[in-house]
Amino acid sequence: MRTIRFDILLLLPLAIFTLAFLVLPLVHLSLTAAQGDRGIGAFVAILTNARYRDSLIATLLLAVVTTFTTLVVATIAAQTIANRRFFGRQLFLSFMALPLAFPGVVVAFFIILLGGRLGLVGAISRTLTGSPTVFAYSIVGLFLGYFYFSVPRVLLTVLAAAEKLDPALVEAGRSLGAGPLAIQRDIVLPALFPALYAGGALCFATAMGAFGTAFTLATVVDVMPMLIYTEFTLATNATMAAALSIALGLITRAALALARTEAFRDAAAI
Amino acid sequence: MLLRSDFRWSTAAGVLVTALLVLFLVLPMTLSISAGLSVNYARGLGAGLTLRWVGEVWVLYADTMVRSLLVAVATLAGTLVIGVPASYAPVRRGGQLSRIVEEIVSLPVAIPGPALALGLIITYGGYGAFRQSTVFIIVGHVLFTLPFMMRSVIAMLETIDWRTSDDSAASPGAGVWRRFFDVVLPNIRPGVLAGALAVVTLSIGEFNLSWMLHTPMTKTLPVGLADAYASMRLELASAYTLVFLLLIVPILLTLQFGANFSERRFTS
Repeated sequence: MRTIRFDILLLLPLAIFTLAFLVLPLVHLSLTAAQGDRGIGAFVAILTNARYRDSLIATLLLAVVTTFTTLVVATIAAQTIANRRFFGRQLFLSFMALPLAFPGVVVAFFIILLGGRLGLVGAISRTLTGSPTVFAYSIVGLFLGYFYFSVPRVLLTVLAAAEKLDPALVEAGRSLGAGPLAIQRDIVLPALFPALYAGGALCFATAMGAFGTAFTLATVVDVMPMLIYTEFTLATNATMAAALSIALGLITRAALALARTEAFRDAAAI
Repeated sequence: MLLRSDFRWSTAAGVLVTALLVLFLVLPMTLSISAGLSVNYARGLGAGLTLRWVGEVWVLYADTMVRSLLVAVATLAGTLVIGVPASYAPVRRGGQLSRIVEEIVSLPVAIPGPALALGLIITYGGYGAFRQSTVFIIVGHVLFTLPFMMRSVIAMLETIDWRTSDDSAASPGAGVWRRFFDVVLPNIRPGVLAGALAVVTLSIGEFNLSWMLHTPMTKTLPVGLADAYASMRLELASAYTLVFLLLIVPILLTLQFGANFSERRFTS
């Protein structure tokens, strides 16, 4: 069959590239993790060693809190923007989407401009109370950075779903006497659920793997990707770095698997 | 949710939350731009405006900008050659094959950047010439951006009725290759273009892989930014950020308007 040969040729570049630069590195990563002094013990150490375990817990908590906050804010903002025509709407939406292309390092710098030593919030609080508020290098700064790069992605996903929501349903609920909270619970949230689910999973996965923001803010809290980096470069502990990489990859992969729906595709294509 | 004359607290709360969100997203951008153009940020804009910092950034970091643009173009070429044909095959075949390709392609999204970079370094660190060249960075970028190109092209292929046009070209006897180049490719151009813009913006802004893959000779723009944030004065770091924004925002706006245009064309 000539078309089979054609299909194979179509896939050949992808197959070669994936084999050489994805499959082979992952195999090497697994071997490095398992071949250390402790063998499989490297994976056990993630849970028994306090430093690794604390990092895992902090990363998970940060990702969960970021995801939850982002979903709540995005749901409120999406309903406010959806079906509302105003001057410059297109430009407004473009500005909301801009942070999609900002690397984590730039987002971290933005947080420093807000809450760093020369930051805006610090300057305002100094004139008001006499002492500047500095939050950029704490867990608050880290959270705000994660929130900054998460919101646009989720907002666009939820907005697309909110615009498909039939306004007549909401009106019907209102005329039957339902309050705003009841309308959210019974009409809006069920309709937005697929988008929230897909956007939330993607948001969680991105937050788990984010590196640039934590790197630039250099907070006291070591998130997992930072730990991988420091283990490899500063502690030259390739075994542990590889084990942490695989553990982090598996957690993220599992989160994305939860969102393996049609809706997920829309969310992933920027 | 259309015109409403009666006041509701939920509407007011929604507008307030949205306004605060916009402020939170936009304020740092304006702070960064004004800091990059101010003579002395600590003394405020009253001290005057200057292009001095932008000039210094050019002297110190011009090489990182040129390299980032080169890497982005090479990454785009790579994703076009690898991604576009590979998107067509699973759509043609469907079933098992499309699931396998989807799985492989979504892996780099699931595996965090530092982990992917670590795998590449462990595997190819011994090959000095490759490890120390810009090609090593490009490989990482292709790996990371390929899913975005393929998602865009596959979504496009699923929207257009490629099979009908392909079949109608097949009956006069056009071969599979001719049909691919003359019928399928011209029809999926908007999808390829959207994918290309996404790939270029992501590549220019890529840090997570690049930071671990780079050598002193292969610094990209975001790597230089991290450098500047750690060691340079605030005005210079801001000016560098400004240059980055000037580079990336036009591409992103094109992407946004393009996406809206094709959405209108293909869903209505």
